[in-house]
Amino acid sequence: MSKKDIFVLGIETSCDETAAAIVKNGREIVANVVASQMESHQRFGGVVPEIASRHHVEQMTLVLEETMRRANMDVSKLDAIAVTEGPGLVGALLIGVNAAKALAFAHRIPLVNVHHIAGHIYANQLVQEMKFPLLALVVSGGHTELIYMKEHGVFEVIGETRDDAAGEAYDKVARALQLPYPGGPHIDRLAKHGKPTIDLPRAWLEEGSYDFSFSGLKSAVINALHNAKQRGETIRPEDMAASFQASVIEVLVEKTIQAAIHYRVKQVLLAGGVAANEGLRTQLQKQMKQLPEVELVIPPLSLCTDNAAMIAAAGTVLFQQGKRATMALNANPSLLL
Amino acid sequence: MKVLAIDTSTFVMGIAIVDGQVVKGEMITNLKKNHSIRVMPAIEALLQECEVSPQDLDRIVVAKGPGSYTGVRIGVTIAKTLAWTLRIPLVGISSLEVMAANAKYFDGVIVPLMDARRGQIYTGLYKAEGGNIQSVVADQVILATEWANELKSYNEPILLVGNDSVLHEAVFVEALGHSVQVASATFHNPRPSELAWLGMNREPEDVHTFVPNYIRLAEAEANWLARQQERAEG
Ligand SMILES: [Zn+2]
Repeated sequence: MSKKDIFVLGIETSCDETAAAIVKNGREIVANVVASQMESHQRFGGVVPEIASRHHVEQMTLVLEETMRRANMDVSKLDAIAVTEGPGLVGALLIGVNAAKALAFAHRIPLVNVHHIAGHIYANQLVQEMKFPLLALVVSGGHTELIYMKEHGVFEVIGETRDDAAGEAYDKVARALQLPYPGGPHIDRLAKHGKPTIDLPRAWLEEGSYDFSFSGLKSAVINALHNAKQRGETIRPEDMAASFQASVIEVLVEKTIQAAIHYRVKQVLLAGGVAANEGLRTQLQKQMKQLPEVELVIPPLSLCTDNAAMIAAAGTVLFQQGKRATMALNANPSLLL
Repeated sequence: MKVLAIDTSTFVMGIAIVDGQVVKGEMITNLKKNHSIRVMPAIEALLQECEVSPQDLDRIVVAKGPGSYTGVRIGVTIAKTLAWTLRIPLVGISSLEVMAANAKYFDGVIVPLMDARRGQIYTGLYKAEGGNIQSVVADQVILATEWANELKSYNEPILLVGNDSVLHEAVFVEALGHSVQVASATFHNPRPSELAWLGMNREPEDVHTFVPNYIRLAEAEANWLARQQERAEG
């Protein structure tokens, strides 16, 4: 039996990036195009859903064309089209979903719906083959989750945030420190020049829980800044950034290590936009040395932030497992993994 | 020439296949249901019934707004993607013009309208001549009361068309009295066959740069511009 290569087109529009990519056999990026709208949203201090949706309509076919051009392929030759069904901004998701449906219909190509977080996890597959059972720490502007996978395509959320996502906390603290949006990279950069001298809480929650909570920490930062101001003292923003970052990272890393031990995993994956955070990467690498038998995989920055190659990678596995979406596929802003 | 027309700018979902001079098939519903779920299955079913494959299509015509932002975007995204991947021309037609086309044998001026909340409407002024429709006043968003007053300067019978006409009928009757009438219920749903017809001979759009005509800026954008203005005036 001959083994034919599988080419899957991924489409991702869940937030403020219009993205398309072609991945071969679920592992190899053939073309990967991301049109970011970040500049457009910067003046609003955050992503404005209606504006994001408008940009997606402007960019979608251009991004698709550029992807096909770079891959030197025709849409009709694709084996499947994978699209982010959710979660995300509904108006934004709708553009990708409807474009994907139109393409699948026009060329009678199988359509596969993909969960955005599954995509983030499968970004790792573009770097290193996944080994099961594994644990994925997914941290982004909208998510902070620990996911256990015993095999391909099966996801078990063992921990998640009970309030703000880690990335959200970063943005809010950045605002309190009067740093521009998006705040994550600025805090990461400042933290390198500061010392964690301010005592901030760590939300461990109940014994044995892998859940997270960042809203208390965010409030503690705002209170500390406020109180210092009242007393006429100044807190060095570098020190506050370092203290905040230390608190976030300690909890993220510690819970990941505990879960990795408890679930006896072979691999730990870091995924999502906050994976770009140098402090988190460094600390996770350092702490994972306690578990030499567990492999740590951290994808390059370009695959940590939202992209469509990860959607195509996840879509390939689901496609091979027989998952198909119909023409009635809808965007689902609160889709569960 | 086989034309596929798509209109999802209001609660009315319309799909049509027009082949040259023949309207082969047309599907219209006026339901508060999700366009994203229903449009592609409707297109698929209609093409199948009409025995037209996507590759047989020669042109896509889409209602480009104004209307529900999300609704318009669904139709426009599907239309753009199909036109791009099938390498066929794409034409965008005003959603209000499609509505007005329902009254293309009316002797007077035609006022298509959609509710735009807070007393405002999306509307325009159209006139029919020999079964052809012409724009007299460009599509706009305006207070219904204000628009009714402006219409006083037209010394002709006025016809309101569109499902939201009934919501604003009283305002127009008060300002314009007997010269205004509302089309019957059977004329309110914009017809996708008319949309296809209107787009049959129009100049195609550039598929990539084509965007909906929202008429309004996104709210955040409008607020931002207002703040910039305030700052400039200091
Ligand atoms: Zn993401």
